[in-house]
Amino acid sequence: MKADPKGVMTGAHYLDGDHACCEGALAAGCRFISGYPITPSTEVVERFASRIPIVGGVFIQMEDELASSIALQGAVWAGKKAMTVTSGPGFSLMMEHIGLAAMTECPCVFVNVQRGGPSTGLPTQPAQADMMQARWGSHGDYEIIALSPSSPQECFDFMIDAFNISEKYRVPVMFMMDECVGHMIERVSIPEADQIEITERNYTKLPPGEYLPFKPAENMVPEMCKVGDGHRIHVTGLTHDYRGYPAMNPEAQEEQVGRIVRKIRDQADDIVRYEEFDVEDADVVVISYGITHRVAVQAVRAARDKGIKVGMMRLIIVWPFPEKRIAELAEQGKALVMAELNYGQVFFEVDRCAKGKVPVILAGHGGGTVHETDYIVSKIEEAYQCR
Amino acid sequence: MSVTDELKAAVQAQTNKSGDAGHPMEDFLRMDRIPHIWCPTCGIGVVVNCFARALEKIGIPLDDVAVVSGIGCTGRVAGYVKIDSFHTTHGRAIPFATGLKLGNPKLKVVVISGDGDLVSIGGNHFVHAARRNVDITVICVNNFNYAMTGGQMAATSPTDSILTTSPYGNFETPFNLPFLAESVGATYVARWTALHIHRQTEAMIDALTKPGFTFVEILAPCPTIFERRNKFGDGLDRLNYYYEHSEIKHGEPTANVDVGLRTKIIVGKFVDKDRPTWLDSMNSHLKRKLGDRFTPYEG
Repeated sequence: MKADPKGVMTGAHYLDGDHACCEGALAAGCRFISGYPITPSTEVVERFASRIPIVGGVFIQMEDELASSIALQGAVWAGKKAMTVTSGPGFSLMMEHIGLAAMTECPCVFVNVQRGGPSTGLPTQPAQADMMQARWGSHGDYEIIALSPSSPQECFDFMIDAFNISEKYRVPVMFMMDECVGHMIERVSIPEADQIEITERNYTKLPPGEYLPFKPAENMVPEMCKVGDGHRIHVTGLTHDYRGYPAMNPEAQEEQVGRIVRKIRDQADDIVRYEEFDVEDADVVVISYGITHRVAVQAVRAARDKGIKVGMMRLIIVWPFPEKRIAELAEQGKALVMAELNYGQVFFEVDRCAKGKVPVILAGHGGGTVHETDYIVSKIEEAYQCR
Repeated sequence: MSVTDELKAAVQAQTNKSGDAGHPMEDFLRMDRIPHIWCPTCGIGVVVNCFARALEKIGIPLDDVAVVSGIGCTGRVAGYVKIDSFHTTHGRAIPFATGLKLGNPKLKVVVISGDGDLVSIGGNHFVHAARRNVDITVICVNNFNYAMTGGQMAATSPTDSILTTSPYGNFETPFNLPFLAESVGATYVARWTALHIHRQTEAMIDALTKPGFTFVEILAPCPTIFERRNKFGDGLDRLNYYYEHSEIKHGEPTANVDVGLRTKIIVGKFVDKDRPTWLDSMNSHLKRKLGDRFTPYEG
């Protein structure tokens, strides 16, 4: 279906990433945010609080991130598209409810405008050091999908994708921004509502009594219903059967938890998303995402000017990880440089997929600012020399 | 009438009503999940029964009702009622219920959970939902301890209670839940015990039909742990204790209704007042501020 025009601010705007993220959510049909203020994400909820009374919906500022990360799930089961927004310390508090959303297959979006950590860290400065937490932070086995925008325009565009993907796979989606992308101001072009494709929630057509809220349907994903439709469902964070009833035994664990892992892993080829340039003839490929992608582009150009054949791979969806493509690049003998604003997180995934066939060099950075271009160039040279 | 006679009469009344057609609660319970996990003479089943009767008396279609529970013995209520029901995370039933209610304001959203869940780990959510006056009913089954995990002291355990983490007696001061609920803005506050089946049912009807954050505390026997460790006997003995030690004082200032280990228990309806709900406030305030630009929210 097409976007509801009420939420679409068609036109050319000059927005920062946080504001663009909010507009993307509104265009995607998000009509409920439960939030809690935290730098550098606060502008997302500030804009939503200002816009939603006109669009029609609810913003509620909760008492903490524990509350905001579960209130949105209540709203989802009531039939709304919903999200919450936070940064590092708040993201840590939300972990249990990311697990709940994964376990109960609640389609929703968690935005994390990353700042330096650990602990209070660097509230006003960027990092990309929550990437592994986004993937593994809650206890137990589960899979999520994570996107990483690198510009305000992408904050708008990818938010729509984030909501659509969450509905398609009935999965919580992590929207992994960073302080730089959140606060940089650029032109954001918002199309007409009828140009925006929206994935509707896949509500069951089965009558009450026949519908099973956790029985896999197309793509291993169960159909949804909403409270009040007469299905009288039960939803629990306990391991459960197709009916949603607690079923605490190894068989039910394999059936339910195995499936919420497999529905992402086994369909990763359909989900992964990246873009590449100059890879074909490259001896070295720089891999990056988010704000670091923009620095890495400069580094790749500078290294090309120095005569090194270097290409660029940019991850748009970071989780699930494009394992096969990384393995192909390694198979082709291309040395790999992973540039990210942390001391090595996605790097270990690249290293794992390369299986020792080529050098994999980390261009890490603790955050607080973005990389120096020269530093990434030096890592490209290092990779070139030791390949 | 003795306590035992009263219980027998209640059972007889239910039996007469349903005849031989099946369990009198089968329209309300997920019979495919019975037997439940609760101990013999535990008070939680009484609360579920009274809740069912309250809904029946109100006459609300069950499709319009949702129950949200947290974690613990009472947290399992959501799994047994045959209505849309959510067994959430420990302490967070109230914020889930807040999202559910605001997501679809036509629903009647009820939180049924235990004392540890609602006012210890979930205490912050309890006070803020009451402050905001979110239109939900909270039924708290207070058994004075963390029973599911084997009987640890709780924020509600009376001073001197013997529990596994207070082996020499609890030296902390417990919460007085009606006082807490009133002080943070609840529009309706009542306390009854598991013995008071008619009165707690009436209190639930009051709470379910009154707009705003309404709160009913039910003191309930925990025969396996609290009663046994503190020498109150089994659940029926504890009901006798309630019978002998409860004093009905409607309108009593909530500051006076502390529960000690072996003191009298003040029960009754303590608070019944009107305040605009969160959603009413949002709609009226934004209409006033934004005029025709505002899109009224009805779900």
